[in-house]
Amino acid sequence: MTEQEAITNEEPEELRIGAFICECGVNIAGAVDCYAVADYISTLPNVVTSVVNKYTCSDAGQAEIKNAIKDLNLNRVLVASCTPKTHEPIFRACVEEAGLNQYLFEFVNIREHCSWIHMWEKEDATRKAKELVRMGVARAALLEPLESSEVPVTNKALVIGAGVTGMQAAMDIGDMGFQVYLVEQGPSIGGKMAQLDKTFPTNDCSICILGPKMVEVARNENIEIMSYSEVEEVDGYVGNFKVKVKHKPRYLNIDECTGCGLCTEKCPVEVPYIEFNEGIGTRKAIYTPFPQAVPLRALVDKSICIDCGACIKACERGAIDMDQQETFSELDVGVIVVTAGYDVYDPEPNNDFGFGLYDNVITTMEFERLINASGPTMGKVVRPSDVKPPKRIGFVQCVGSRDQNSNIYCSSFCCMASLKNAQLLKEKYPETEVYIMYMDMRTPFRMYEEFYNRARDMGIRFIRGRPAEVTEDDDHNIIARIEDTLTNEIVNLELDLMVLSVGAVASESTETVRQILKVSKAADGFMMEAHPKLKPVDTTLDGIFIGGMTQGPKDIPYSISQGSACAARATRFLAQGKALTEGITAKVDEDICVGCGVCVPMCPFQALSVEDDKLKIITALCKGCGTCMAACPTGALNQSHFKNEQLLAQVKNVFAYGEV
Amino acid sequence: MAEEGWEPKIVAFCCNWCSYGGADTAGMGRFQQPASTRVIRVMCSGRIDPLHVYNAFLEGADAVLVTGCHIGDCHYVNGNEKTEVKYNFLEEMLQQLGLEPDRLHLNWISASEGERFANFINEVTAKVKELGPSPLKPEGVK
Repeated sequence: MTEQEAITNEEPEELRIGAFICECGVNIAGAVDCYAVADYISTLPNVVTSVVNKYTCSDAGQAEIKNAIKDLNLNRVLVASCTPKTHEPIFRACVEEAGLNQYLFEFVNIREHCSWIHMWEKEDATRKAKELVRMGVARAALLEPLESSEVPVTNKALVIGAGVTGMQAAMDIGDMGFQVYLVEQGPSIGGKMAQLDKTFPTNDCSICILGPKMVEVARNENIEIMSYSEVEEVDGYVGNFKVKVKHKPRYLNIDECTGCGLCTEKCPVEVPYIEFNEGIGTRKAIYTPFPQAVPLRALVDKSICIDCGACIKACERGAIDMDQQETFSELDVGVIVVTAGYDVYDPEPNNDFGFGLYDNVITTMEFERLINASGPTMGKVVRPSDVKPPKRIGFVQCVGSRDQNSNIYCSSFCCMASLKNAQLLKEKYPETEVYIMYMDMRTPFRMYEEFYNRARDMGIRFIRGRPAEVTEDDDHNIIARIEDTLTNEIVNLELDLMVLSVGAVASESTETVRQILKVSKAADGFMMEAHPKLKPVDTTLDGIFIGGMTQGPKDIPYSISQGSACAARATRFLAQGKALTEGITAKVDEDICVGCGVCVPMCPFQALSVEDDKLKIITALCKGCGTCMAACPTGALNQSHFKNEQLLAQVKNVFAYGEV
Repeated sequence: MAEEGWEPKIVAFCCNWCSYGGADTAGMGRFQQPASTRVIRVMCSGRIDPLHVYNAFLEGADAVLVTGCHIGDCHYVNGNEKTEVKYNFLEEMLQQLGLEPDRLHLNWISASEGERFANFINEVTAKVKELGPSPLKPEGVK
C-alpha cells in the first residue's frame, strides 16, 4: 500500500459532538425550555453529550466544556447561547485550551435571535431553539480544523483627526514609545476645543489649557503631525495597514514659513472667516489659522486669491509657492485610531427658531467666538443686527437634539455649555437679563450639578419650555412665545439676542473616514463601537479604534478619556508585535478548477489570478468574504468554515419531518 | 389556503458585519418578532450562492431573505453589489419556478438597525402568511 492510499483509506474519525445549552440566567431560560432543547439535541446523530448550563461562559461553564472534551473525547463543541459577535472568541479560546482546534467550535445564537425576540411565546421559542441547535449540530459535524496564521505587526500607529481626543491618543501612544502619524484635515491641530472660550465646570480658558497641549504634541519626538492632510485609502488588516494620505497644498513651503504674518498684512483680499470664527470676523486670502495654531504656518485660500503677488513680495523668506501641488504619502501602520470629530448641528435649512431669518438668532459656536477675548470682537458681546451690546439674552436648549424632526439623541454637552455661557455673561455684564429655555437640564458628573446651582444663584432665569413661535420686531428684537410648563403660563419674552444651543451631528469627515475604513454606523450617524458596554472604543474590525465625538456626542473629559482608552487598546497590538489572522479563506480544488477565471474579478482584494490555466490564490490577501466561490461555476472554489456543504447542512436542518 | 395557526418558515441569510448584527440589535432591543425565521450567518452577502437559496426552497422554505450591508458599507468593499446582481437573477429564477415574488426579499440592514430588522421580519411573515405554504414545500416537512 502506498502512502497516498494509506491516507485515503484511513477510517474517518468518529464524530463526537458535545452540546452546551446556556440558560443565561433567565435571559434564555425565561423563554426557552433549555432542558427540552438539550433532551431533543441528545437524540441527534453524533451527539455524545447535551447539557444545560446556568451560564456557559462563566468559569464553571467553561470548565465543564474543557472537562467534557477530555473525559468524553469530544471532537466538536457546540454552544447555544448568545451572539458570536461577543462570545465566539471566548469559547474558541476555551476549546483550544482543551486541545481542540478552535474552528471545530460551533456557535448557535438562541438569545438575541430567539429568547429575546419571542419573550412571551415559550412554546414557539423552545421549538425554534431546538431547530437552531439542530442546524448547528449538522454544521458542527462538517467543520474542519483550520490554522490561523501569526502575522508581524508594524509598530506604528495612525491617528485620524487631531482634535483634543486625537491629540491625547497620539501623545499616549507616542509616550509608550511607538511612532504615530497624526493626520488632521485642517491647517492646525486642536479641533473644536480651540474655538471655545471657556470650558465647564471650572470656566478655564479653553485655548489656555489646550494651547500648551498642542505644543506638547508638536514636541513629542514620536508624533509626526500631518496637518492639512486627509486619509484617502486604507488597505490591509490588523498589524499591516497600508494608508494613503493626501497633503493638500498650502501654497507655501511649511519649512520656510515662520508664521510671522507679514504676508497676511499685505494681502488685499478679505472674506468672512467661516472656518474658525463662524463667519463673524474676516480673514485674508493668505492667513494663519489662529494665533496658537500648531503648526503656526500660513496657507493660501486659492479659491479667493487674486494672484496679485503682494504676499510673495512681503515674505522675507521666499516661502510662498503658488505652484505647489498636492502630494501623497504611503504609510505602513499596525493600528488605526479614528478621532474624526463632529459637526455642529446646522439650524439654517429648517430655520429653527428663526435662525437664518433673523440676524439676532445665533448658535452657541457663534456665541463662543463672540465672547472669546481673542475672537473677532475681542470678547465684546454684540448683536449682529446693530453691533450693540445686548441687554436681554436667551438660550434655547436642545436645538437639533432630542427632537423627532432632527436628531432624537441627547447631545449631552449643550446644557452645560449654556450654563457656562450664561455665567460668563453675568460675570462680564452683571446687568444683563439671561434666560435659559429648556426641556430638562441634564447635569451629571462631578461639579456639574453644583455648576447649575451656581447659575441659579447668579440670577439666571430658567424657563421650562421652548419657544413655540419666534418673531422679530422693527428694532430686530426677538419675541419668543413660550409656554412655561412649570407655571402653565404663556410668556412673550422680548430678547435682544437669542442663542441656539445646537447639538452635535456626525461630521462629514467622520462619514468619509467611516466609509474608507468600513466601520459600522450607529443609528445616530456616528461610528459604532464593538460593544456598547464592554468594548466602547473598539470596532468590530481588529486594529481599528474610535474615540471622542466620532463615537457619539460627549464632553471634553470623556473625549480625552476615550483618546487614552484608544491608545491603550491600540498599543496592545504594537507591544505584542504580532497578531493572529483568521483561518477563514478561499480554497481551490485544483482537480476540478478549469481555470475559467470567472472568480477573478469578483475579488475586491486582487487575491486571485489565473496562471497556466490554473487558479492561484494569494492567501495573505484573501479576507475570506466568500464572494468568489459564489461565482465559481464548477464548485472548485470553497470558503473554509463556510463551505457549501456546511451551509447547505444548515439549510437542510431548518426543516424536518415529524414533530420536534 | 393555509391551515389554522400555520407559521411560515423563512430562511434568512445574514452577513456577519451588518445584517447579522442588525438581528442581534433587534434582540438586544427586545423587538418582538414571529418565530418564523432561521438565520444563517455568512461572512459577506456576496457569499450567498443562488444554490443556497434554491436549496432552501426545495427543502421547504416559504420565503428566503437575502440581507447584507448597505451599499457603500460592505466590509469587503463591494460584495453586496455582487449580491445585487445575483439577486436579480434569483428573482427571475423564482418567476420561472412559479413562486410568488413575495417569497424572496433583498434588504440592506446595518448592525445598528435592530428595529428595521424586526419590522422586516414582521412584514415578510405577514405577507407569506397570506400566500400560504410554498408550492415547492415537500409533503410532510415541518
